[in-house]
Order: sequence, then structure tokens, then C-alpha cells
Amino acid sequence: MLNPEIARQLSQIVGERYVLTSPEDLICYGYDASSLQKLAGIVVLPRTPQEISEILKLANRERVPVVPRGAATGLSGGSLPDVSSIALSVTRMNQIKEIDLMNLVAVVEPGVVTADLQAEVEGKGLFYPPDPASLKQSTLGGNVAEGAGGPRCLKYGTTKDYVLGLEVVLPTGEIMRIGGKLMKDVTGYNLTQLFVGSEGTLGIITEIILRLVPKPPSKRTAMAVFPRLDDATQTVANILGAGLLPSTIEIMDTTTIWVVEQYLHMGLPVEAGAILIIEVDGHEEALGPELARIGQLCEEGGASEVKVATNMEESESLWTARRAVSGALGRLAPAKQGEDISVPRSAIPEMVRRINDISKRYNITIPVFGHAGDGNLHPNLLFDMRDPEMMERVHKATAEIFEAAVDLGGTLSGEHGIGLLKQPFMARRLSPLVLELMRRVKATFDPNGILNPGKMLYPE
Amino acid sequence: MTEESAPKGFSPKRVPSYDEVLNCIRCGLCLSVCPTYREAGTETNSPRGRVALIRAAAEGKLELSHNFVDHMYRCLNCMACAEVCPSGVQAHEIVLDARVEIANKLPQPAAKKWIFEGLVPNPNRMEAAVWPLRLYQRTGLRWLAERTGVLGMLPHHLGEVAKMPPTASMTPLRRKLPEVTPAQGERKYRVGFFLGCAQSLLFAENSAGTVRVLARNGAEVVTPKDTACCGMPAMAYGDLDTAMKLARHNIDLFEKAGVDAVITDCATCGEFGKHYKELLKHDPEYAELAAAYSDRVKDISQFLAEIPLDDRLNEIKVKVTYHDPCHLARGQGITAQPRDLLKMIPGVEFVEMKEPNWCCGGAGTYMLTHYEGSMNILDRKMANAANTEADIIASGCPVCQMQLGYGVRRAKLRMKVTHPVALLDQAYRPR
Repeated sequence: MLNPEIARQLSQIVGERYVLTSPEDLICYGYDASSLQKLAGIVVLPRTPQEISEILKLANRERVPVVPRGAATGLSGGSLPDVSSIALSVTRMNQIKEIDLMNLVAVVEPGVVTADLQAEVEGKGLFYPPDPASLKQSTLGGNVAEGAGGPRCLKYGTTKDYVLGLEVVLPTGEIMRIGGKLMKDVTGYNLTQLFVGSEGTLGIITEIILRLVPKPPSKRTAMAVFPRLDDATQTVANILGAGLLPSTIEIMDTTTIWVVEQYLHMGLPVEAGAILIIEVDGHEEALGPELARIGQLCEEGGASEVKVATNMEESESLWTARRAVSGALGRLAPAKQGEDISVPRSAIPEMVRRINDISKRYNITIPVFGHAGDGNLHPNLLFDMRDPEMMERVHKATAEIFEAAVDLGGTLSGEHGIGLLKQPFMARRLSPLVLELMRRVKATFDPNGILNPGKMLYPE
Repeated sequence: MTEESAPKGFSPKRVPSYDEVLNCIRCGLCLSVCPTYREAGTETNSPRGRVALIRAAAEGKLELSHNFVDHMYRCLNCMACAEVCPSGVQAHEIVLDARVEIANKLPQPAAKKWIFEGLVPNPNRMEAAVWPLRLYQRTGLRWLAERTGVLGMLPHHLGEVAKMPPTASMTPLRRKLPEVTPAQGERKYRVGFFLGCAQSLLFAENSAGTVRVLARNGAEVVTPKDTACCGMPAMAYGDLDTAMKLARHNIDLFEKAGVDAVITDCATCGEFGKHYKELLKHDPEYAELAAAYSDRVKDISQFLAEIPLDDRLNEIKVKVTYHDPCHLARGQGITAQPRDLLKMIPGVEFVEMKEPNWCCGGAGTYMLTHYEGSMNILDRKMANAANTEADIIASGCPVCQMQLGYGVRRAKLRMKVTHPVALLDQAYRPR
């Protein structure tokens, strides 16, 4: 635990009740949804930007690192503290401040759970589209800091496309407002967007202005089974090329299908090369013809089976297998590491081939699934972390996956961020010039290096 | 016992749920449904947090300190987490395993040993224990204590706790019910009736109604006098040995009775009775008997849903809402049957409350051990109940009924709390 003087000063800022020091708390605030576990030095739960400002000023005075976190559902370790740092949780800042129907924006505190905002705005006929898989428990502050994605991003764009303005507490303690309830704003540099995906290293977000769109009246799903993976990915291109824009196109490779079948026993086609799950949304009358056309394209593209839902219930059941993937993986092996590489859509078949090859050579099961529509794939390495020899192979396989992605014109992360897990590979993706520029930006915002140090940018 | 001397870790032999613990992928979905997380707002008070603590303890990284034990006892065991977990982790079960480990490893208070080994398994002593409560409630002492503010002089929550129990039935049901209640008319079934502690001691009149309803619908009801506590309270406190002992006792008792089904009107007795086969699966002598027993256990609403019912019911003009007991809805998958029974009664206007299966915060003795937390959770439930503007809240669990009854008084609502089958019984009886 950090020294008692820090604890005392923190208690003066937020009240004793909101400073946690027990060994149990230090463990619980030391993990996220990756397989890593650290220990916090101390935990603080502020309620206002002013409190956060005081805490950051204290951090600069005492040179104690501060690591912000929301619900800690991140997958790359970006919110993990260590024994020398203050874990700062924004979960108490959970008010939806405003839903502005004239300006079609929502103003929220960072601790608001994404699904809660969505329920609130959908009740008014509006829509906040970004749908990371964690939306029922993850917070908007975390979504913005990671630049979160989700299946619907194919049609609707990611979190960054919805952030219009922010209130941020800078690492040096100043409270700054940028952007606003504005669709257009080109006055000065676009600092608002700089914070999206900054992984809590440039400031702590205390208010977010989010763009809303009208809620699509209806949605419907189709599922297509392909004996050959290449046919599936070519069909994705064909669908998008035919002037159709589904809200999502998800893919599950043969290993993924096998894994889910082990868990659910629902009669999935384990011989298939890939399954595509395609959802369209919009007006009820348009969905039938759109899905019919998509079904046709799938059949023409080599699908052995196409199921088109005729109502919401059937749509839901077609999603069952895809939604079960994460849990199924959890049961199959003691630990899993979900990667998040993004490649150009055209490179998906080759990327999956390379992953399969890596899987064979290192003898590690690596199911691949994800957002075929936009090229963002989730290869998941399954392993037992208690086996040091296996861990060696896991590390090597991971490195090769990143190599392959970059080699094919892709990137290390599409949604999950760099955090701790992908740090070693930054230099493969970003040139020394780019890395240097990024470090200068960080140093400008955080001269004493106290806000979430040691994350994201390759540690020197 | 100081923090330094607290035992580390779990014994290597008894970590059956370590692999279960590793199934947790830390996705955090459980946070979205956990009442204690919603109430406390800290990760440590969530299923994901509790599982992480147990994992740390099992790996020798965390001591079984006072704080650790406290966190293990903050879980309501409401199973909302298990219901949503994508990896099928039964976080509530893992917490119970931790409590067993704690009970085995740490010195237990003498009172606890006496309660679970001396009092609970002995029906006579249980009845005797309720006498002071009856005296207090019925001789005017309670009225006096409440009106004169004597209770206000106690530490706040103890004073409140004194107001919680319903007016205990004068005669325990065990003494009132005959060993065999004959069926009315043609005997179509022969069933056993399980005398649950809370139902038979605190809600005896209502519980007698369960037997009446069974008899009316063609069941001959066998009520063994020596029924012991189902064992859930012992299990909840980590006393696995007593829970198993009680299970064996009850299994033997009903085996002798030779019945088609073992009916209970307490959600907890039902859930735990169905759990006996899991509890005793490694017992070579009882494994098969336990499985047979568990397969015969039925909640009263479940049994009634499976048989044709006498529909000669009097009208009760009343607006009714329903609270799902955790042990009934999640523990046994029984949600439609109690609602159907209520809707069957002529004159009843049924209205669904928001979050009907959100835990009431009763959770056994949680309102005694965690008064503030329990009340925060209860307040949420009462707000939902109040919005229905119902006259009656029905629920098939005595602890829920106690908690909701207290909640009604606390929120100053004009509502009554009752068991769904008690209402059915009332509708059957002539005016």
C-alpha cells in the first residue's frame, strides 16, 4: 500500500469512505478483463472534476502515478495500476446529465454504463450506435479512452465518430473543456479527437458530449454457412459492393464453431469453413428485400446453407452462437488472450490462413472470429498460464500474429487498445518518427509523467 | 486472532472450485445484475471481485482475514450472477465453498456451533426458541416497547430488527397438523409435506393453507413430525457437515413415508431439497437415495401446476403483484406457476412489478448481519412494488415475506404481504 500520508491527503479530498486500502480492495482494483493481475497501491473514488483535479495536483507534487479506470472491462491492461500508483475509479460519476432533443446529443459523466445510456435514449426514439460486447457493464469514459468499437461499427462508425466534446482534467490538474454540441467545429486543432483512444494517458475525462442519431425502427438477421472461408470473405466484399450496408457482418471460423459447439451442443456445422452472421436495420418494409438479396449473394458466393430470420425472435436465436463465443472460450482453457488485429478486408483470408499456420506450429488453439465487415478480427489464444513452456509458445505465437497483421497492411489493435499487452509491438507498426511525435505530445500534456505511465507508448 | 496469524490460502485438497474459479474471464457482466455491486458501488463487492478474492486466497496470495471473511458474507447468494455468466461460473456456489473453507480453517464462534449443531436440527428446541418471541409479541410487550421508544434506545439496527419478525403463530404447525391429512373426495396422489422452519413456526396459519389446498385437490398429505431443518442455513454459514447430516435425516424420513412427491411451500427448503443430490453425490450410502429424493421435491406452485385444480373459488377483489424469491425463480426455474395460481383467483387483478426477480435483500439472515446493505436493496424493491399500487405483494418464501413485510412498514405503504398459496386457500374457503 502507498504511504499513509498519501492516504490521508486523498481522504481529505474525497472523504475517508472513498479511499480504499485493504488488501482485498487492492486486488480487486488490480485487474481488468485481460488475464493480467496487478495490485493497486491505493484506490480512490472521486465524485467531481474538482476532486480529480486535486488528486492530480497531489500526484504531481508527490510524483505518485495515477491510473484512471471505469468498470475495468478493458482487454489490454490499460487500466491496471501497480503497487506504486493510485487507482482512480470514475464509477461514482454515473449521471446522464442531459439528453438534448433539439441538438440530438447526450451529455454524460464518464461512469455511465453504455447500455444505460442506450436504454435511456432509445426510450426517446434515439440511438447511440457503438456496441462493444461489454456494453452492459463498460462505461462511456472507458469507451472513449479506448476508442471502443463493436459489431455495429461497419455501418455506424466507432466511438470516435460520436464524440463531439469533452471535459477533461489534464495530468497537471487543469480542468479543460473542448468541443461542444456542434456538428462542425474547426476552430484550432481537433483536441477532442486526440483524447479518443488515448487510453487515459493524456487526461481524465469527466464529461462527454455524444452525438445521437434516430433509432432504426427495426432489424433482422441472417446466417450463412460456408464450406470455404475464402468464399465467406469474398461474399462480404460482394455484399458491400452491391450497394448494401448491413449494420453488422460477423464471422466465425471453423475453430470458433468447434469451440462453441463443445460448450453449447446446439448442432452447429463444425465442418464448415466459416459462418457469417449479417444484420440489417432500418424500416421494416426494406428489411425483407435487403435480406433476401443478401441471402442470394451468399448462395451465389458458395454458401451451403442460408437462414434468414422473419422476425425479431428468430433474429435473436441466430445470434446465440456468436454471443456464446467469449464464454465458451472461457470454459475451454484456464486462460485466453483475445487479440484484436485489423487488416484490410481483402486480406482477411490470408490473415486467417497465417493464424492457422501459427496455431499449428506452436501447437496452440487459436479460434478466429470478429467483424468481417470491417476487417477487425479477434484471434483468441487459449492456454494454461501455469505452464511456463506453453507461455513461451504463446508469446512467440502472439508476436508472429502481429507481424503477419502489419505485413498485410494492418494494425495491432482495432478496438481494444494497446495498454500493456501490445506495447512490445508498437515499434513494428509505428515508425520511429511517429513514435517520437507521440511521445512529445504525451510529454506536453504530462511533464512529470504521472498519468498512467508505462502504458501504450513503447516504454523507453 | 491477529491479521498476521490468519491462515493463508485454502487447503490444497479442498479447492474443488479452483478450476471453476479459473473459468471466470473477468468480463464483468455480473456487475450489471448484482444487487450488492449496485448498492456498494465497489468492485470488491461484486461477484467478479469475490471470485478474484477466492482465487487469490487459493493461490496463497491473500489471507483469510476478518475482512476477507466479511466479504464472503456480503454475497446475497441470489444467483443473478450465475444466471448471466457467459462462462457458466456459479459465483454464489464458489462463495459458499469459501465459507465452508473458512468454517473449517478458522475458529468459529461458540454460539454458531450451538445454533447449527444443537438447535436447528432439533424441532422441539426450535419451537421452544420461538416462545420468547411469541411472548414478546402477544403479551403486549412488543406494543409497549415500540410505543414507548424503548427500542429506540437500542443500537439503531437492533431496534429495527426487533420489529421485523411477523407475529409468530401461536401453535407451531407441527403440533397442529395430523401425521396424515386425508384427501377430500377421491385420493389421487399421496404426497409428503415438508415442515419448513420459518413457514411452520412463523407462518403456521398460511402454511396450514398449503396442506388444505393439497387435500382439496385430491392429495393425501403425509407430514412427518420429525422433519428437521432443510439445512440451507447451515450451508449458508459454511457448516457443510451439519447440512449433510440434516439432508440424510430428511431423506430417510421421507423414504419411509413412501410418497410420490415431497412438497414444500418455502422456496429455500425446495431449492436446497433439490440440491441434496449434489450435496451427497460422493456419499456411497446416500448418493442414490439423495438423487431419488431430490427428484421428488416440488414447490407447491410447481405441483399444483401439474394437476387439474378444483376451480370452485370464491372471488377476492384485490390487486396483486408478485416478487420472485431467488431460490424459486433462479434456484428452481419456477416463475410462471405462482403467477398462474394468482391469476386463477376470480377478482384478482394481477400487475407485474419492475424487476420482479431483483433480490429483496432478505437473503436468510442478511438483514440481521448486514442491516444497512439489506435496507438499501430493500428500498429498491419497495419502490418497484409501490409503483404497482397493488394491495398485496405475494411471494412464496418466508424470508422474502418477512423482509417485504418490514419493507412495507418502513416505506409506510398500505400493502399486505402473503404467500400465493395462502391467497388461493383463502379463495377456496367459504365466506
